[in-house]
Amino acid sequence: MTTIPAEYGLVLASVLFMLGLISLLIRRNIVFMLISVEIMLNAAGLAFIVAGAKWSQPDGQVMFLFILTMAAAEVSVGLALILQIYHQLKTLNSDEASKMKG
Amino acid sequence: MLIIFYIASAVAVISTLLVIIQHNLVHALLYLVVSFLAVAMAFYVLGAPFIAALEVIIYAGAIVVLMIFVIMMLNLRQESIAQEKKWLNAQIVIGPVILVLVLAGELIYMVSTEASITLTDQVIGAKAVGMTLYGPYVIGVELSGILLMAGIVGAYHLGRQKKKVTHRFLEKQEE
Repeated sequence: MTTIPAEYGLVLASVLFMLGLISLLIRRNIVFMLISVEIMLNAAGLAFIVAGAKWSQPDGQVMFLFILTMAAAEVSVGLALILQIYHQLKTLNSDEASKMKG
Repeated sequence: MLIIFYIASAVAVISTLLVIIQHNLVHALLYLVVSFLAVAMAFYVLGAPFIAALEVIIYAGAIVVLMIFVIMMLNLRQESIAQEKKWLNAQIVIGPVILVLVLAGELIYMVSTEASITLTDQVIGAKAVGMTLYGPYVIGVELSGILLMAGIVGAYHLGRQKKKVTHRFLEKQEE
């Protein structure tokens, strides 16, 4: 059984993170922007798992659990905001929401 | 093991690429599920079976289902796909892609020129994770609880519909 070099895991995490970043930059739909943030958080968690496996310690997995909790809270609040924006503005374009009331 | 990791990473990268070029929101979410499952496979190979299970249950299960429910509530029509196609033209895409690819090249170069370290094939199971989570990191668990509480309260407050107070005959006329 051959073991995995640590760089491969880190390269995978970097590629996934950069794909999420590209998606965040090129999209104008606010739901797609939320999805890209999820991809980036998942990639960051993957880097933590690789680091934890490198030292054979469970701390990396604990950090992934915290990232998971944060992602869940973030997505629930973000989706509530998206619903509210869609009801107010009737569009998902994030540029439309650039003005504040009051 | 290495072959399984390669295949899982290839599936993860390809499905994430398909997520970011989709025009249809639901198709993008289905590819996102595939991406999360592939990353869960990578976690399993990296010796974290508990986290792999959590990835499937929470990311691919709960979070994506939450997004699908919200898309169902948004009730988007066919013209939203055409609008998405209009927004995603090559002129907008090319600049960010080049800049991010430069950054990605630097990052991958720096990561891969480090001295090569092979990971041990030791599996760290749920017991060790739980002992660490409720040992040195117990303050983090409590803070996560507070964060989730704030998330629930915030989502409830933001997602609440304003109660309409128009008369019922008037409302009928408006429609």
